[in-house]
Amino acid sequence: MKQLDTFVMSLQAIRGNKLRSSLTLFGIVLGVASIIAVMTAITVIQNTMEQEMSILGAQTFQVQKWPNGFSSGEERRKAMRWPAVTIAEADEIRKRVQSVDIVGAELWQFGLKLEYRDKEIETASIVGGTPEYPQNNVHFVADGRNITQMDVRAGRKVAVIGYGVANTLYPFIDPIGREIRIDGRKYEVIGVFDEKKSAFGSQYDNYVLVPISAFVNTYGLSNEDGWPRSVNITVHARTPELVDDAITETRQVIRRARGVPPGDDDNFTIFNSESSIEQFNMITRGIKIGAFVIGTIALLVAGIGIMNIMLVSVTERTREIGIRKSLGARPKDILRQFLLEAIVLCNIGGLIGVLLGFVAGNTLVQLGMSSSFESAVPVEWAVIGLVFCTVIGVLFGMLPAIRASRLNPIDALSYE
Amino acid sequence: MPVAPKVLPELESAVLVLRDVVKTYVMGSEEVHALSGVSVSIGKNEYVAIMGPSGSGKSTLMNIIGCLDVPTSGSYSLGGEMVADKSETELADIRNRLIGFVFQTFNLIPRADVLHNVELPLIYGGVNKAKRIALAKEALDRVGLSDRLTHKPNELSGGQRQRVAIARALVFDPSIILADEPTGNLDSRTGEEIMQMLDDLHANGQTIILVTHEDNIAAHASRAIVLRDGRIESDAQVENPVRAARAEHTVLAH
Ligand SMILES: Nc1ncnc2c1ncn2[C@@H]1O[C@H](COP(=O)(O)OP(=O)(O)OP(=O)(O)O)[C@@H](O)[C@H]1O
Ligand SMILES: [Mg+2]
Repeated sequence: MKQLDTFVMSLQAIRGNKLRSSLTLFGIVLGVASIIAVMTAITVIQNTMEQEMSILGAQTFQVQKWPNGFSSGEERRKAMRWPAVTIAEADEIRKRVQSVDIVGAELWQFGLKLEYRDKEIETASIVGGTPEYPQNNVHFVADGRNITQMDVRAGRKVAVIGYGVANTLYPFIDPIGREIRIDGRKYEVIGVFDEKKSAFGSQYDNYVLVPISAFVNTYGLSNEDGWPRSVNITVHARTPELVDDAITETRQVIRRARGVPPGDDDNFTIFNSESSIEQFNMITRGIKIGAFVIGTIALLVAGIGIMNIMLVSVTERTREIGIRKSLGARPKDILRQFLLEAIVLCNIGGLIGVLLGFVAGNTLVQLGMSSSFESAVPVEWAVIGLVFCTVIGVLFGMLPAIRASRLNPIDALSYE
Repeated sequence: MPVAPKVLPELESAVLVLRDVVKTYVMGSEEVHALSGVSVSIGKNEYVAIMGPSGSGKSTLMNIIGCLDVPTSGSYSLGGEMVADKSETELADIRNRLIGFVFQTFNLIPRADVLHNVELPLIYGGVNKAKRIALAKEALDRVGLSDRLTHKPNELSGGQRQRVAIARALVFDPSIILADEPTGNLDSRTGEEIMQMLDDLHANGQTIILVTHEDNIAAHASRAIVLRDGRIESDAQVENPVRAARAEHTVLAH
């Protein structure tokens, strides 16, 4: 007997029992959908993150006091006791590390008001930076000019403004050469950044860049709580291949400058896009495992449901099995028929689950975070999901199928 | 008073030979002797009616002949091959290739349409789809149901259902057609139609064994075996088979 014939028969049997089949499928759909939804959501975030991180540049890494966004509270508490990263340390890197060509220093202040005439932006960020800023952060000046070494040396009150800032404050006019009030202080607009759409929010279009010296002159080297302000140093390696060397050298240079004894941990943070992605993956691994465990439990429970329904189906179709045997169906034909029925049933549920999971995962991210996340379809998880369904089908369909195949033809034929 | 079985036809011409076949069912502590020593030989193109009171072992004998069951003791050879000690799979293949069943209760698969029901033996025989459909249609044509291919069994009358069953029994060109009370669930007129169909198959060279309670049905056969208490009480040629009398108007639909 041919596989295809068996397959067609099992489809007929499932179609013949639509309500029961769909009830049975519910568990499978739920199990698969929950796994796929979580995996899809994570993939969507991950893809977007990788994309943005790679825009930040594979050649660039950061030295800063605070651990990056995905760190634990404990790591942050530990970092609180570390010394601030200073402009001098940036100079030290620039001077001593051979494998880097651009070293920028940045100071950030958040939640400031920007004004032009009667227009204002309530909360924006200001970064005090050096001329290396655009290249290191891969955020280039589209109109006007960048800040220069002269601006930095002279501490001139000039500003390169984000695309969003330009749109809001200067909707119908060219902002270049006009004044802007940052936190109440007057600056001259000298340039406008590229539009930098980000799935993680519009903060990169709503900030202004000023010379780091002007920033220090205004805000000082300690923040409002009296803590020393810590500089973010952005370092650009000469070539992508040199990134690892550059990180190692930079670490040593700062450790030496700070006199960290050998064997002690770093008292600063160095990270690049790669290590951020790794960190993200580590955090999501837990979520993935959780989703997988929950999904697996749901599928196993659903598998028991499948077994139950298949046992009922075998009992109900005892006479049919007898008829088939009288016509020459071998035990293995009957076994295959019922096993395939369970597998097909599971995979129909699996397919629906995969589709629902894709939709749910993408919707979840787009509603919960930002609609600018690009949809993703984690094909490998779809395949894993369906293989899993097949395994469940075989596992829980086997007992009923064996029972069917072993029925005695006469008893089966005379079953009422 | 048991009658000695009549002389067995020569073995070479026999389609099947049973010797001292015993079938005992064990029901708890009780033993039921459904067959207690049946020897019979049936030749090619014979038309045999098995008769006897209820519980005399007719169905048990049919099941053994049809390889749905195996004897407790005694030997059974079908088409020159001993059936004893065959595996489930081998028995299934024998049923598939050599036997065509017609049951009192039709035994069609309710969810499948007429064509698929008739195709089933060919499916289990591994016949490819195109050939299968051609053969199934031909068989349905022979029983006059060419216009009912896509009907479900519950959309057919009893007589039509039994004709589908006959088409299914003959579709793979079996050595024997076994019919266990094929007219038992039909009115006498429809029963006669079914019998005419069997008569015609027999006229075309088919070997037929049928179980019946009714003398007028048995009268279609050319040989009548009567069972009583699991033994053969008589085994004799039928003097003037009914079908002979109306051979000229026994016409199948096609
Ligand atoms: N599976 C079984 N288990 C136990 N006893 C059985 C079984 N099948 C048949 N018998 C017994 O064997 C005997 C013969 O039964 P069988 O069905 O062959 O009779 P039958 O001649 O076909 O009767 P009927 O005309 O009523 O169909 C009966 O006594 C019956 O009760
Ligand atoms: Mg009977």
